[in-house]
Amino acid sequence: MRRAAVIGVGQTKFRTRRDDKTHPELTREAVSRALEHAGITMDDVDAFVFGTMDPFDGINCPDRWSSTAAGFGKPFMKISTGGTTGLTTGIAAYQHVASGLFDVVVAVCTQRVGENVDAQPVLNTAVDPIYERHSGVGAISVAAIQATVHMQKYGTTEEQMAWVSVKDHENALKNPYAHIKKKIGVEDVLSSPVVSSPLKLYECCPRSDGSVAVIFASEEKAEQIRDDPAWILAESSISDSYFVGDRPDLAVWDSLSIAGRRLYRLAGIDDPKKDIDVAELYSPFTIQEILELEALGFAEKGEGAKLAEEGVTFVDGDMPTNPSGGVLCTNPIGATGLVRLGEASLQVMGEASNQVDGAEVALAHAWGGTLQFHALMLVSSHKKLRR
Amino acid sequence: MVLRIEAKWEIPYVHSAGEHATKFFEALKEKKILGVKCPKCQRVLVPPRAFCERCYVDTDEWVEVKDEGVIETVTINYARFTGLPDPPYAVGIIKLDGADTGMLAYLGGVDLTDWKKAHEKLKVGTRVKAVWKDRPEGRITDILYFKPVEE
Repeated sequence: MRRAAVIGVGQTKFRTRRDDKTHPELTREAVSRALEHAGITMDDVDAFVFGTMDPFDGINCPDRWSSTAAGFGKPFMKISTGGTTGLTTGIAAYQHVASGLFDVVVAVCTQRVGENVDAQPVLNTAVDPIYERHSGVGAISVAAIQATVHMQKYGTTEEQMAWVSVKDHENALKNPYAHIKKKIGVEDVLSSPVVSSPLKLYECCPRSDGSVAVIFASEEKAEQIRDDPAWILAESSISDSYFVGDRPDLAVWDSLSIAGRRLYRLAGIDDPKKDIDVAELYSPFTIQEILELEALGFAEKGEGAKLAEEGVTFVDGDMPTNPSGGVLCTNPIGATGLVRLGEASLQVMGEASNQVDGAEVALAHAWGGTLQFHALMLVSSHKKLRR
Repeated sequence: MVLRIEAKWEIPYVHSAGEHATKFFEALKEKKILGVKCPKCQRVLVPPRAFCERCYVDTDEWVEVKDEGVIETVTINYARFTGLPDPPYAVGIIKLDGADTGMLAYLGGVDLTDWKKAHEKLKVGTRVKAVWKDRPEGRITDILYFKPVEE
């Protein structure tokens, strides 16, 4: 595998509805911004990888429509791994370049969850029709059952989870692309209606429309194109059991721990707390940021809930997490994972809207399926991990 | 104001449960819950499947598990979602006696008005027993819900 880097990032504004544009028009908005950010043109791009989670958009295979804005006449493929889609698309585009087959490749993900009048019927179709479709489990209840166990096993409190939401909402205020912009306090979270106990409304993500594009280039091209690319140090991904009941312990995210250890080994990381400056994690629900911080080695098991409460994960803390406002404030599901990579890349380029001072190494994460898949990418302002 | 075009999908399907899972559904008619034992890792898998995904071997040994077990986790849904039951309703994972995996199921027999009080009654580790339909039809919905058993 050869070295590759992110050379451009483009996002649309994320909103409940983007009535002003059609599917390919949104794709074009993100791709155009990424090309502009990289300072290249469509002619410089060798291939496209497109990601979306069918059928939130109400169009089966919306990649057919959106491909018109994603490299007419160029090599094209579509990726779909549930909520992980965005980052899996990033990994696929990276592998296109790292393999040596292509020099410049665009990953682009477009999703219109907001056009879906009610996303639950779509989520229902994502569950097997034999055993589990009639179980009454929605997207939020899957996170809620994690929270129940974490609270009972480790004594995690509602207030501690609320702090995650307060932090993300504060961060989103600085992000021009973020969907939910609202300053809230712990009391607002605690007094919002319980959706799936113990999770409350302000602990849950919105449904967003929008698109994001991230451009990858080979080492040689990246150095020609810009002075400050975000070098890919490593990526890893993992699949786990289909049935939620197969997970031995919902209070720990063991598949994410395994994926994390693979990533750290590839990148040469011994201590993630020391070696990683900022993380963009896929946390559509407060409890999941806590589980992810523990699984990825930023906190001991059962200690993750303290981080937001103690300010550690705020942008000026020791382990800034989701400085973009995260998935809790913006969730265009199949695009969300690629937003994580885009924001992580901007952090190490020093161009993020809510910049972490001196960020050199940033982590991007996504999960998908019913807690089934994880994807991770690590980017840096340097070609190799520097300690 | 842009034009908005309404759309709706209604696409009928007829799914196969496969030969393997059909055996599980046949047993439900007699209010029996079957699992399969992996010949390699020895885990009893419920719901049963034709192969152990971890060991990647066929699972031909059928074992009956109890319709009683413990709550591994629970949530109570208070919001209304299309295609899901009327709120409030409780869903959880139950580890049945004799099984090594948990099974998604409804929980009932408890007042769900106040979630904190309900969570106290449906704590992780609480023993529960299945409440069956009077006349099971060999469908997953034959198990109406699990309710706490008095110890």
